[in-house]
Amino acid sequence: MSRFNLNYCLGTVLILSFWLLAYPAKAAEVVVYSARIEQLIKPMFDAFTKETGIKVKYTTDNEGALLARLQAEGKNTPADMLITADAGNLWAAAQEKLLKPVHSQVLESNIPAHLRDPHNEWFGLSIRARTLVYNTQKVKPSELSTYEDLADPKWNKRLCLRSSKKVYNQSLVAMMIADHGEAEAERVVKGWVANLATDPLSDDTRALEFVAAGKCDVTLVNTYYYGRLMKKDPNLPLAVFWPNQESGGVHVNISGAGITRYSRNEQAAIKLLEFLSSDKAQNLFADVNMEYPANPKIAADPFVAAWGSFKQNSMNLVKAGELQTTAVKLMDRAGYR
Amino acid sequence: MVSWRLVPFLAAALVLAPVGVIVSSFFAPASDIWQHLVETTLPLLLTNTLWLALGVIVGTAFLGISLAWFTAVYEFPGRSFFSWALLLPLAMPAYVTAFVALGLFDFTGPIQTTLRSWSNADLSWFPDIRSRLGVIIVMTLAFYPYVYLLARNAFLSQGKRSLEVAQSLGLTRQQGFFRVVLPMARPWIAGGVMLVLMETLADFGTVAVFNYNTFTTAIYKAWFSMFSLHAASQLASLLIIIVFVVVVLEQQFRLRMRYAENKRSQRAQRIRLIGWHNWLVVGFIMSVLFFAFLLPVTQLCIWAIQSFTQDFDVARYLEFLWHSLSLSGLAAFFTCLVVIAMVYAVRRYPSPTTRYAVRAATIGYALPGTVLAIGVYVPIAWLDGQLSEFFLQWLQIETGQLIQGTLITMLIAYLIRFMAVSFYPIDGTMQRITHSIDEAAMSLGLHGWAMIRKVHVPILKSGIFTATTLVFVDVMKEMPITLMTRPFGWDTLAVRIFEMTSEGQWEQAALPAVTLVLAGLVPIVLFMRQTEK
Repeated sequence: MSRFNLNYCLGTVLILSFWLLAYPAKAAEVVVYSARIEQLIKPMFDAFTKETGIKVKYTTDNEGALLARLQAEGKNTPADMLITADAGNLWAAAQEKLLKPVHSQVLESNIPAHLRDPHNEWFGLSIRARTLVYNTQKVKPSELSTYEDLADPKWNKRLCLRSSKKVYNQSLVAMMIADHGEAEAERVVKGWVANLATDPLSDDTRALEFVAAGKCDVTLVNTYYYGRLMKKDPNLPLAVFWPNQESGGVHVNISGAGITRYSRNEQAAIKLLEFLSSDKAQNLFADVNMEYPANPKIAADPFVAAWGSFKQNSMNLVKAGELQTTAVKLMDRAGYR
Repeated sequence: MVSWRLVPFLAAALVLAPVGVIVSSFFAPASDIWQHLVETTLPLLLTNTLWLALGVIVGTAFLGISLAWFTAVYEFPGRSFFSWALLLPLAMPAYVTAFVALGLFDFTGPIQTTLRSWSNADLSWFPDIRSRLGVIIVMTLAFYPYVYLLARNAFLSQGKRSLEVAQSLGLTRQQGFFRVVLPMARPWIAGGVMLVLMETLADFGTVAVFNYNTFTTAIYKAWFSMFSLHAASQLASLLIIIVFVVVVLEQQFRLRMRYAENKRSQRAQRIRLIGWHNWLVVGFIMSVLFFAFLLPVTQLCIWAIQSFTQDFDVARYLEFLWHSLSLSGLAAFFTCLVVIAMVYAVRRYPSPTTRYAVRAATIGYALPGTVLAIGVYVPIAWLDGQLSEFFLQWLQIETGQLIQGTLITMLIAYLIRFMAVSFYPIDGTMQRITHSIDEAAMSLGLHGWAMIRKVHVPILKSGIFTATTLVFVDVMKEMPITLMTRPFGWDTLAVRIFEMTSEGQWEQAALPAVTLVLAGLVPIVLFMRQTEK
């Protein structure tokens, strides 16, 4: 039993020490809840601390869990800032009154209007473009045109899609509902489902691999997944196509942030938010994941820029949140799993 | 000293608090989502869930019982090695087995790719791994050790003796197995199967890899995609009710039976297998081990080596490892302690209410992780809010969070989730201590603690080891609760896996996954080899 006793003592000491460590809340410190993973936020936080001396403490989790956690903690929350990897969840956080408006000249000039909340509760920090990627051996770019065109029977058994459970697809369908209305969007999604070469896949990388291996000819992915795969194997027969250039433009989502309603270090948190939108951090923020900077004055990483420039859909991303539930229901009805 | 009678009720209350949080939303209006689900995906979700549960139960029961029987009763080359090696898959998180299986056997995997390059032919005959059968096989391989471990405990303590008695009464070995041995091992096997069922129903990670939609998928969808925690809670409540009914039924069956111990030191000689029987059994065991452990671990190692240069920081990995090990150790110790107290309480005061309280305390294992995590978090956050209000009002101290963000929250949450895991093995062994054993001990002048130490502990030891190992490994693999309740900076290996997989970087997740599997081997080798001696 001696092993157990030792364990017990150790445990007690540990628990007590962490209890004690937990509560002296320091002043010059910003606490961040982030659904954007550690590798994609830490470099910017380090740069911020280096410049201002303000420390950044963070924890990562799924968006939904972080929102629920903020809600449960209420005004007792230690969090000052919420970062997500999509707009829908920021919209939901604003709906649940978890965020507070920020009035900042810096943010308003750095971030284009369609990438931030009209009530200034959240701001996009990088752009995630959802576009078409095709197999260069099986598809001529001239065959491709729009998202909607993928519903055409000529793509029968040639399309691969990621699961409808991913928020990127939900936002995309939300955008189509905003553009064309629900009935037309449903027709398109039904067409996609009818054209599938295989059951929807669990992530974008897998979808790209299926296209490269020839199971299907074209898929719909966020560009950085394509970038990652091409960095690993530049010889893959894959290429990017920018759809809807004659019409609404490429669907973009954001990774963004807002200040929590009960933030105790609001000033420092706003400083961090402004820093993230500035030229000092924008390249870091976007390039670390091969995304596009949200600040239009900043150029994308050369590797990313080589895929060409494109017109982006300028629908305000609030719509992606507002129409998300409708989009999910629509995809369920269309049998998109 | 706290009255033992209260322990099960306290434990049940602890579990029922989060369950209450979830069930309380049952009457809130979210009808449009319900109607939508009923009209669209619900029928398919239910059939999917039912088939999955049935398939995994049958699969794990078959593998678990047969492997346990072979290693407990027969003698064949490598038996003592296999008997603990068969536990190794326990260290593999099911979602890891799943993504490795897809990586290997799917259209883009090396096997199909190689076949295509050879023959250039149509591969439509190749079974699709992303199918119902695929999920069932993967989950069976990941979960069979629960049944194996518990069934083996049962067979070791009764096994061959009862078979000998059955044979002396004129039954063949086969008849004896099905009519005597198996029924006598029922509480253990049922316990293992219950754990498997709960884990299967609660699973989200594995089915997500397969894009196989189950009831739990619908819960997450309602919550994360349709932003309706109400609808999600209502769906989760339904799940709780279903599991509770199964638990109560199992309890009812169990009440009618008594199980006595057969001292292990008097264990009969093992039956030596002859000729090709040896190779049949060894081949069977080897193939299970190959697919459930060797193959996935090898693939993980290959990926880990490929991504090694990009993501390896010795200091950080040592930190992850230390966090994983210390959390799992603490949680395993703490959980087993509570469960032992609980099981004793039932023994001393065996009223039906106490029994149901105990079973209620095990329900936490059946809830999808994130749902339970938020269920645990809400009352704790509320309590914390009250506390800090109190300090602010009466002492003018701004305390901030007192309980949240400490390890205490984590341990309570783990306790709530994993009580079932330590309950079934410990309760199983407790059944072996009959009242006549107690009476005999008392007639020899042993009472109270002395009796527990000298009589009970030696019998309970195997159950406690089993329980500790299971909780230890389960906590290490656990993701949602760890993510939500960990103090700042307390990242574990599972958190690292989450970081990688949430951006779809499965291959990058291999390094933390391999480390996790290796760390999980520690308790398995430590405890299980001990019980082998």
